[in-house]
Amino acid sequence: MKRPGLWLATVAFLTFFLGPFFWQVLTSVWPDGQLTQPLPTSLTFDNYASVLWGRPFLQVLVNSLVAASLTTIFCMAVGASAAFALAKLEFRGRGLLLAAALAVSMFPPIATVSPLYLILRATGLRDTLVGLVPPYATFALPLTLWILTSFFRQLPDELYRAARVDGCTPLGAFWRVLLPLATPGLATTAILVFIFAWNEFLYALTFLSSPEKRTVPVAISLFASEHKEPWGEIAAASVIATLPLVVMTVLFQRRIVSGLTAGAVKE
Amino acid sequence: MNGTVKATGSMGRERRQAYMLVAPAVLVLLGVALYPILAAVWLSLHRLILVFGEQRWLGLENYGFMLGDARFWNALKNTAYFTLVAVTVELLLAVPLALLLNTAFPGRGLLRASVLVPWAIPTVVSAKLWAWLFNPDYGLINRLLPGQDINWLGVPGYALHAAILVDVWKTTPFMALLILAGLQGISEDIYKAARVDGASRWRSFLSITLPLLKPAILLALLFRTLDAFRVFDAIFVLTEGGPANTTETLSIYAYKTLMRAGNFGYGSMLSVMTFLCVVGLSLVYIRLLGKEGRG
Repeated sequence: MKRPGLWLATVAFLTFFLGPFFWQVLTSVWPDGQLTQPLPTSLTFDNYASVLWGRPFLQVLVNSLVAASLTTIFCMAVGASAAFALAKLEFRGRGLLLAAALAVSMFPPIATVSPLYLILRATGLRDTLVGLVPPYATFALPLTLWILTSFFRQLPDELYRAARVDGCTPLGAFWRVLLPLATPGLATTAILVFIFAWNEFLYALTFLSSPEKRTVPVAISLFASEHKEPWGEIAAASVIATLPLVVMTVLFQRRIVSGLTAGAVKE
Repeated sequence: MNGTVKATGSMGRERRQAYMLVAPAVLVLLGVALYPILAAVWLSLHRLILVFGEQRWLGLENYGFMLGDARFWNALKNTAYFTLVAVTVELLLAVPLALLLNTAFPGRGLLRASVLVPWAIPTVVSAKLWAWLFNPDYGLINRLLPGQDINWLGVPGYALHAAILVDVWKTTPFMALLILAGLQGISEDIYKAARVDGASRWRSFLSITLPLLKPAILLALLFRTLDAFRVFDAIFVLTEGGPANTTETLSIYAYKTLMRAGNFGYGSMLSVMTFLCVVGLSLVYIRLLGKEGRG
């Protein structure tokens, strides 16, 4: 084994993937007046203070939390029973449904923007956080179905059969036996759906118009003022919006990796 | 499945309950995906200017106009170039990264956690982060490079490649994880046998790893190609399609036509064209994957 090559490649990949993020963290504590210098001579939390107290960024964080949570809850509620049926029950159209879900997750979001805009406007849901849930379901529900189906498949068929022999209906077997056992799978799916919804940009940009309704990506993309980009504040906001995701990802990395590749590899 | 519960009444009930259990998900998918796509096709056959409330049937006129619309062909060219170059570079980086992640060495845990950082960062944030790195006056890239400061995002020719770099940074980890999953499915025994037969490391990579990895690579390419083709967030934040439309992709052209110009007919037509391109690309990949499955 060529150890030096191994370490060289590791260092190169680590620098490439982490370097830009560290530079952003450094920029967030870099005093505004010193940005022209090669490196800061002192550090400051002014950027964090002005992002959190000088802008409606706390509101923006709450908005993203609400939109992402509603999407996650909705997709789990709709998707869990379907994923169980897809994994454990025999019925016609099973393969078709999984294929359709995969196809929908590949839709370019721009393809559905114009009709969804008109529908949301007609129903009074445009410019509301609840109104983001149906558009978000286009990518979140297929994701839920694929990951959860693969988790239910991993539970032994004997559990389902034993529950049926003991007198459970298929629905009862799902609700009382398999759903509680699928908790780790539900958690993984919820984390992934939440991250995808938290990061979504195009629909939020299109359907929300009031500044106080903006989600994190939309707010950060519109941070620029007339004259100059507030790079320090953008960096601080980026760190605030990203750190929870990075911590969550590192903590749950095994689950996330298994969830991300579950749907893709097993079929 | 369900070998012990054979009574026909029970089977019928099972099937009925199965349909009941999947019905909500099916209805949601029909409502948020199928109906909007059909509605977009319908809108694309109209002249529809939202602010004037003007709606008129045009038939295929929008599509006819598109054929002579240089801005459409430019957007298609940019999207295709972005997709081809970004996905190729990502594959060339993802295979060695996956091999590295599949090797047992002390740094592996750290590396695996680290590659997930760009993946977890919202695309908008990663674009802003890179816009700051590309900043002509104080950006890290110009600080590190000797010579004249370059306006990476302001010069045609540079800007699209800058956007490609952002995409590579953000999505190579996902591709590497998919390929890693494929690598983990290859049995150690084959390598042992190859070593006994005197095959070199490079030789067994070429004749064992790559062929066995082909389905995983094709699948990763499928996901990434379709994802890159719909690119919007990163480029919109970096350049909004500029300078001089040299980074304008189909999604961005469609977005601007819909939301900036308020032209819902022509904008919907552009959306439908983007959708059709993605369908075409996926059919090509499905054929390739199908061949792989048979062979």
